[in-house]
Amino acid sequence: MEKILKVADIDRCIGCYSCMLACSRTLRKSFAPSRASLQIHTAGGFQSKFVAEICRGCDNAPCALVCKYGALIVREGGGVKFKEDKCVGCGECVEACIIDVLHFDEDRKKSMPCIQCGSCVRFCPHEVLAMEVKTDE
Amino acid sequence: MNKRSIRIFDINLATQQVEVSHREDLDHYLGGTGLAAKLFSETMDPALDALHPDQPVILANGPLNTIFPVVTKVVAVFRSPLTGEYGESHAGMRLGLAMRGAGVDALILRGKADKPTYLVIGPQGVKFKDASALWGLGCGETGTILRRIAPGRGHRSCIRIGPSGEKAVAFAGVNVDTYRHFGRLGMGAVFGSKNLKAAVIYGDRDESIQNMKAYRPTYEKIYQKVVNTDLMEKYHDLGTSINVIPLNELKALPTRNLQQSSFEAAEAISGETFAEKTLLRQVACSGCPIGCIHLGLFREEFGKSHEYKFQSLSYDHELIFALGSYLGMSTTQKIYQLIDEVEQLGLDAITAGVALGWVIEALDTGIIRKEEVLTPVAFDDPEGCKKVLGNMVQQPNDFYRTLAKGTEAAAEVYGGMEFAMTMGKHEMAGYHTGHANLVGMAVGSRHSHLDNAGYSVDQKHRDQDPKTLVEALVQEEKQRNVLTSLCICLFARSIYDTETVLEALNSVGIERSAADLEALGEEIYALKNDLRHQLGFDLDNLRFADRFFETPSLSGQLSRKVLDEMLEYYQSITK
Repeated sequence: MEKILKVADIDRCIGCYSCMLACSRTLRKSFAPSRASLQIHTAGGFQSKFVAEICRGCDNAPCALVCKYGALIVREGGGVKFKEDKCVGCGECVEACIIDVLHFDEDRKKSMPCIQCGSCVRFCPHEVLAMEVKTDE
Repeated sequence: MNKRSIRIFDINLATQQVEVSHREDLDHYLGGTGLAAKLFSETMDPALDALHPDQPVILANGPLNTIFPVVTKVVAVFRSPLTGEYGESHAGMRLGLAMRGAGVDALILRGKADKPTYLVIGPQGVKFKDASALWGLGCGETGTILRRIAPGRGHRSCIRIGPSGEKAVAFAGVNVDTYRHFGRLGMGAVFGSKNLKAAVIYGDRDESIQNMKAYRPTYEKIYQKVVNTDLMEKYHDLGTSINVIPLNELKALPTRNLQQSSFEAAEAISGETFAEKTLLRQVACSGCPIGCIHLGLFREEFGKSHEYKFQSLSYDHELIFALGSYLGMSTTQKIYQLIDEVEQLGLDAITAGVALGWVIEALDTGIIRKEEVLTPVAFDDPEGCKKVLGNMVQQPNDFYRTLAKGTEAAAEVYGGMEFAMTMGKHEMAGYHTGHANLVGMAVGSRHSHLDNAGYSVDQKHRDQDPKTLVEALVQEEKQRNVLTSLCICLFARSIYDTETVLEALNSVGIERSAADLEALGEEIYALKNDLRHQLGFDLDNLRFADRFFETPSLSGQLSRKVLDEMLEYYQSITK
């Protein structure tokens, strides 16, 4: 069964952003962590806990269901597959995301979905993130 | 060779005009220290006081910042109101990431705003905002308000001063994102002299990777070296406070205004004790997988019926020394009380602690009177120390107005020079290791222990002749100029050897050779040396307090004879 990205333990996060850098590098060929499909940030400065905004790998992902172009496709095990060349940049998937973690790249005019590749997990030094098979709990 | 274009915002607070320039001629300096020193040389005026509105503050980022592990610093350069000379300070947290996202390599801040002002610097340019309501507030509250009213939530950087900067205390720092600081040498007072309370920097600019084949494996190799070897582990584990116990055992831990070099309560304020009793978590600067910033719990009872307040405060070796052993503080709780005070006032912790040590001893020996100090204060007395810290900022009388200029300025007026622990008017750091430590701080371009790591030279070259020590200091300073021009955190100096630096640079299209880097280190060394001479540095004016030679050090009893030999040799090779 395919795995999806999970937040294993956000309280272990040190805020190094290595995960975002890995994602931007891998999926967007960009140095900018703002181009990552997941966002780790503070919500009240460094005194606050870190917040992880990640794709939760919905079954029958609403973002994919609204895509009329075949760019976002429902992925077995949860989440989506992305055929970037088919994305016309309509942005409807971004609006469809229930938890507002799917963002739009205004420069490239494409959405920036997580494809559950696990690159971010490989570069997390504190096992904050993990790839796991989705369970029906 | 393709030259990078360095993008600079030259921000004039008086006219509210911003000149944007793109300079290929500065590519040569890489960034950080070299770039900032060069821009400072173009914009400063040695005839003007450090707090004159026309004096600039430069902030410079580096080309590898955030996109390589542990490359996290931004370098600030200014004329120091404390020493009157070349001022340089480094800080991390999120500032490098934010400047990169905003698309600016360096900032020049000059002029004086006509009212309290904060800047918002982002992809849409620079905004000058009214900071009247923030004036007088501590660093914490200022940050809280700016987080609510300024853009860029989540990944912005917020640098700000506390009341000490507003009141031109010569050792006021600039707080960076709560837990890091441009601490040393008084940059906060320079901000205050410009009516500049804060700057919020943010941006999400995209930056395409040009050569993925070169960049990805290089990044990954360095990342693995940082995370999977023990080269960096100590910085995450106990952090620099791991040094408290060994320095104490080696007689190198400055205690009670350096009346002693070991502290009977060292165990109670060690890195181990701080971690076991108070450590909440470690956090990291953006792009650093280590996470060396240790945040501990400061919990205080403020009322009956179990009423507590709490804060998470950052601690490290320098804080434990300056606000701990140096002031005879015997518990973690007492040290936290002082850290909290220093943070809110926005003071440089090291200078504030060393100045306090002088006050306590001066009061004790009758050089100054209680009527001047306005409060009883003693070693191991956090309440008294907090009152003195507050008065350093509020400056209610002539004594405090003088003390606000620094320890040496106060000793010049009141006496007690023999126990005013400064070098080049800059207060000592947390090591009493030997001659190289003293000479290193005295001859370092900004009188910082980090210029040339004399404390480390003393340990590496124990019992070696004065010439060897001097040569090691000069060599170290030149090498550090390269690392800090790249904004590499000095904790990662063992990761970034020349070969690794070249590989990283070349993987992002910056072609350099080992000879280029070496020449750059030399050039910046000469540039900073020239700058400080223009600003009044004179080797003959250096002063070393008697106390340094009375209290045993890691290298044993120090002698003026060896010190003089070292200075003489230094002079002969740097002419």
